[in-house]
Amino acid sequence: MLSYALRRIAVALPTLLVIITLSFVLQRLAPGGPFDQEQTLPPAVRANLDRVYGLDRPLPVQYARYLGALARGDFGPSLSQRDFTVAELIGQGLPLSATLGLAAVLLAILVGIPAGIAAALARGGGTDYALTALSTLGIALPTFVTGPALALLFGLHLHWLPVAGWERGAPRYLVLPVVTLALPVAAYLARLTRTSLLEVLRSNYIRSARARGLGAGRVLWHHALRPALLPAVSYLGPAVAFVVTGSLVIETVFGLPGSGRYLVQGAIDRDYPLVLGMVIVYAALTLACNLAADLVYGWLDPGARRG
Amino acid sequence: MRRPGAAAACGALPRAACSPSAPRAALVLLAGLILLALLAPPASPWAFDSLDWRHLAQPPELTAAHWFGTDRLGRDLFVRTLHGVRLSLLISLLASAIAVGLGVAWGALAGLVGGRTEEVMMRFVDVLYSLPYLFFVIILSALLGRGSVAVLLLAIGAVGWLTTARIVHGQTLQLKRREFIEAARATGLSTAAILARHVVPNLAGTVVVYAALTVPQMILFESFLSFLGLGVQEPYASLGNLINAGAQEMESAPWMLLVPAAFLVLLLACLNLLGDGLRDALDPREH
Repeated sequence: MLSYALRRIAVALPTLLVIITLSFVLQRLAPGGPFDQEQTLPPAVRANLDRVYGLDRPLPVQYARYLGALARGDFGPSLSQRDFTVAELIGQGLPLSATLGLAAVLLAILVGIPAGIAAALARGGGTDYALTALSTLGIALPTFVTGPALALLFGLHLHWLPVAGWERGAPRYLVLPVVTLALPVAAYLARLTRTSLLEVLRSNYIRSARARGLGAGRVLWHHALRPALLPAVSYLGPAVAFVVTGSLVIETVFGLPGSGRYLVQGAIDRDYPLVLGMVIVYAALTLACNLAADLVYGWLDPGARRG
Repeated sequence: MRRPGAAAACGALPRAACSPSAPRAALVLLAGLILLALLAPPASPWAFDSLDWRHLAQPPELTAAHWFGTDRLGRDLFVRTLHGVRLSLLISLLASAIAVGLGVAWGALAGLVGGRTEEVMMRFVDVLYSLPYLFFVIILSALLGRGSVAVLLLAIGAVGWLTTARIVHGQTLQLKRREFIEAARATGLSTAAILARHVVPNLAGTVVVYAALTVPQMILFESFLSFLGLGVQEPYASLGNLINAGAQEMESAPWMLLVPAAFLVLLLACLNLLGDGLRDALDPREH
């Protein structure tokens, strides 16, 4: 297990390095520099500025400094919000975004997997049909349609929940965003679990477990569930990527001051340091979550640890 | 939004959703939608950006001048929505062509060349696959400026090819072991020639299926970006920026949200059903 974990880490780290390098190169290639203004600066001033910020050094030296700065958590100043560093902006938004994403993934697991199990056990019945129809709908509808639609229904018509906005510490502002974000993931988890549990329940060792006289509950808990959950677990990596992407929409729809909105606004304002800093942070988070999903998979499926 | 499930696993559904008539119905509906999108806007007295000052934020009414109502500036929502459908279809078809072309070339080349090159090429796909695709689109639009259709095409085409590359790679590995490829190699044909004359034509069935399944994904990407303000810009209409405008006005003018959202869902449902039908017909190996 330990060597499996180390191997997965050995794959994740170079990926992060590639992303950081790419972002450094893109930042250099981008048209326009930080000191380009309407008036061109006198060459002496320009040279001084370049020297102060290390821009006169050769590229490898700049790259090394960039890596060093990143290791200290320094992403440089934001170009569009002049009074803030990128690290400050990320620090402002990330806790909310992380809460949102984590809550959505948890909700999706808690709803999606039991729903899939229920559908598989009630195969062919009304419950199965209703759950499958619901999950097909949940997968097919994009979040930027379900989000406003849910806000319209539960916020404006029924007045159960706030339509949008955010008051610190008021969880009801998070209900609709979390549900919207969790919906497609839960739907997909339910479908995966249903399909795979049906397959497992048809297999020979389940039949022999039943033949030995084990009860349905025991067969499900002790024999069927663990292998049946593997596809759902391996989907958790992509699910995290989906939730990260989806949170950009959710934060826009529901007016939440999370880091996703800074990323979108940064792209609109062409604020390179902000966009690239955010991308690096988000990529690191995604890789970490993928790693966690891999480890859970390895724990569930001993065969995967060899490979 | 990468949703591997959007079109997958028809076999997991109850039979009714997979009946052979569903793709046919989807095809008819889609054809009707495309004809409507092409023919109706020119026939309408309103252009997508013409303002009707006497009917601002008018609710939909089929007997009135504006069937689907108007927005706050008095622009006809029927014409704007159909313009959006047209633009979404155009962008997604072109982006799918880019994505499928790149995916086929990458996957087939990697499979055919083999060895270290193959490993690096497919590893690269894996790395991109594990990241939220939107990052690349956001970086691209931050670097190149937003709003240009070329950037949009490049950005969504550049992220849509990964699935195709993987599948084509797998298929090529199977093809490679067949005798006629070996024979072609024995006659001294170059890798490029084998690729173009023997591998790609044999992949055609699979490629058609995945191209059909890529189109709705590209529509989703495009409207997603336009929704966030990184894609199609005002005054031009796309389903994504119409939904965004509608979401901001939904308190007073819910039809501005519901009309484009309904068209988007309809379009996606038709294309996905059609793609699934094609896969069932052309690619029985998947089941």
